[in-house]
Amino acid sequence: MLAVSDLKIHYRTLAGAVKALDGVSFSVADGEIMGLAGESGCGKSTLGKALIRLEERMQYVGGQVVLDDKVLPIADDRAMNPYRFSEVSIVPQYAMSALNPTRRIGRMIDELLDARGLKGSTLRPELERRLAILGLTPDVLGMYPIELSGGMKQRVVMVLSTLLDPSLLIADEVTSALDVASQKKVAGALVEFRDRGYVKSMIVVTHDLAILAQVADSIMIMYAGKLAEKAPTRTIVEAPAHPYTRLLLGSLPEVGIRFEEQRLPGIKGRPPSLLSPPTGCRFRDRCPLAFGKCVEEPPFIEIAPGHQVACWKADAHAQG
Amino acid sequence: MLRYLARKLFIYLLTFIVAVTIDWAIPRFMPGNPVDALVSRIALMPDANAALTSYFMAAFNLDQPLWQQYLNFWWALLNGDLGRSIMLFPTPVTTLIGRALPYTLGLLLPSILLSWYVGNVVGALAARRKLLDNTVLPLGYLLTATPYMWLGILLAWVLGSSLGWFPLAFGYDQSLKAEWTWKFISSLLYHWILPFASLFLVALGGWAIGMRNMIIYELESDYANYLMALGAPQRLVRKYAFRNAMLPQITGLALQLGAVVGGALVTEIVFSYPGLGWLVLSGIQNQDYFVIQGVFLFIIVGVLLANLIVDVVYVIVDPRTRVGLQGDAA
Ligand SMILES: Nc1ncnc2c1ncn2[C@@H]1O[C@H](COP(=O)(O)OP(=O)(O)O)[C@@H](O)[C@H]1O
Ligand code: SF4
Ligand SMILES: [Mg+2]
Repeated sequence: MLAVSDLKIHYRTLAGAVKALDGVSFSVADGEIMGLAGESGCGKSTLGKALIRLEERMQYVGGQVVLDDKVLPIADDRAMNPYRFSEVSIVPQYAMSALNPTRRIGRMIDELLDARGLKGSTLRPELERRLAILGLTPDVLGMYPIELSGGMKQRVVMVLSTLLDPSLLIADEVTSALDVASQKKVAGALVEFRDRGYVKSMIVVTHDLAILAQVADSIMIMYAGKLAEKAPTRTIVEAPAHPYTRLLLGSLPEVGIRFEEQRLPGIKGRPPSLLSPPTGCRFRDRCPLAFGKCVEEPPFIEIAPGHQVACWKADAHAQG
Repeated sequence: MLRYLARKLFIYLLTFIVAVTIDWAIPRFMPGNPVDALVSRIALMPDANAALTSYFMAAFNLDQPLWQQYLNFWWALLNGDLGRSIMLFPTPVTTLIGRALPYTLGLLLPSILLSWYVGNVVGALAARRKLLDNTVLPLGYLLTATPYMWLGILLAWVLGSSLGWFPLAFGYDQSLKAEWTWKFISSLLYHWILPFASLFLVALGGWAIGMRNMIIYELESDYANYLMALGAPQRLVRKYAFRNAMLPQITGLALQLGAVVGGALVTEIVFSYPGLGWLVLSGIQNQDYFVIQGVFLFIIVGVLLANLIVDVVYVIVDPRTRVGLQGDAA
């Protein structure tokens, strides 16, 4: 069980602080696969990274992350180390280049496990078993990353990242760089690993709503560093409450089209700068339903069980 | 991999042939005739000159057609014969090279290997310590930007001439006999320090900067980030970064060899150090084409061989080339 409350993360830049996460609260239940979607630059990767490792320029500003009743010391790089890999793990956006190119894969994994104080050799049978589940032979452990295809590398990284049965897995754009067949395999693998209990809960960041509809139990929509809506997948797809969610879905004539471009054809304008975000509802400039009250910031509240929205019009919409 | 090496070998062979041809051609198409110089040096009676000239022309095979001279040159070369010196006639050029070579190698090998090793270590340390970085970076840039000769002259002037701490010329104290006594060895070392230091320091700066930049690049790479996200200790990440940053430095070594050898030649001239550079200089001063030719040829072959060795080492240490060369990368 993951509970994030009022999390704020900024990027230090020469121009000032980029408020990439500006007060984000949500939770992910055990066994839940939560999809995370939103236009490029809205803070999805920042959220994913914040839960496991802050990069040099990321600055913890406030908020709390609780995983399985333990507060994660996310602001303290050293104190966070014991939780990484074993409690929280990540399949990064750059999985294709995540393996050291000059080490055989098996040796790199052993060295990593040894460095973490675990015995690589005792975990070897389990490692090979899990590779087999994803259709990889133990041979890959004797190879260099360059000898594997993109899809194979992705699957190796998935197996490695989940090897210690973490409570939470963050999967950032794991399907974006793959061809359709590999996408299906990787998406299937995510569900399979959850079902087998290798991972308790997951946050799956993706641009591809078709993938999310296939794997996610719930979907959370972000906009400009804030949460817009979170609801069970069915509700998001069939009865979205936030105007942004509706435009996102509406701007996709067919499910499966990605919205990775900065500009969405169906939504005019672009997201606001996170250097000095506007007050009130951040979607105001682009929202067709905006009205007087929207100069105040709408709270992220529950309008139905498991369905939270940040929009002054959401209640009214849900009722009528 | 074998095909790769075969291709490399072919390129080296081609370079070798072209270089030998140029080396053969240059003195022959330069103005002036070495035999005239030799004859006038001997300076006998005027009427003996003509006889001497034709004798020497025949002795050096200079009376044959050019193509024959070219073939002779190759034949002699392949038999390890680089001709005879004019200034020290009739000493074979190979003997002169053999005498000078230990001095040049004694400068080159330690300065190349030590500067490479120390530079890499210093650069790697600088990459993680701000304070060190702030000194290594400017100092490194200053050193690599210095021409070898300048630093040599500067050291000779300050430490040799002004302070008188080190000798300014020769490979050892000329009043000593060349024998393996401690006195002689320490004199050798004493004369060796300054030329070595000027070669070492210039090369050091380049390696340190290269390594520092490479390590920083590696530490920001995706695999380093992934390892850190999985809680790998700094030790492991740095080990990988160091190893991977080392690979371009090996190629760099091959690229730098020519420059360092050139640097050694001028440094020897600055310090009148009795190596190949100094031999070339006396060859030039005495119009001794065979010595010039022989030394350059020797250097060309040496640099090509060293490059070939580095190439092979690189293939052995970098799995990417090894695997990629098998042609089954996805
Ligand atoms: N290293 C960085 N330095 C400064 N700003 C950054 C950095 N990384 C991301 N940002 C900014 O933070 C915001 C969120 O980025 P990100 O989390 O990568 O978005 P997403 O993953 O949703 O595309 C963007 O406005 C982006 O410009
Ligand atoms: S709060 Fe107002 S501006 Fe924001 S999404 Fe709702 S209606 Fe649109
Ligand atoms: Mg992203």
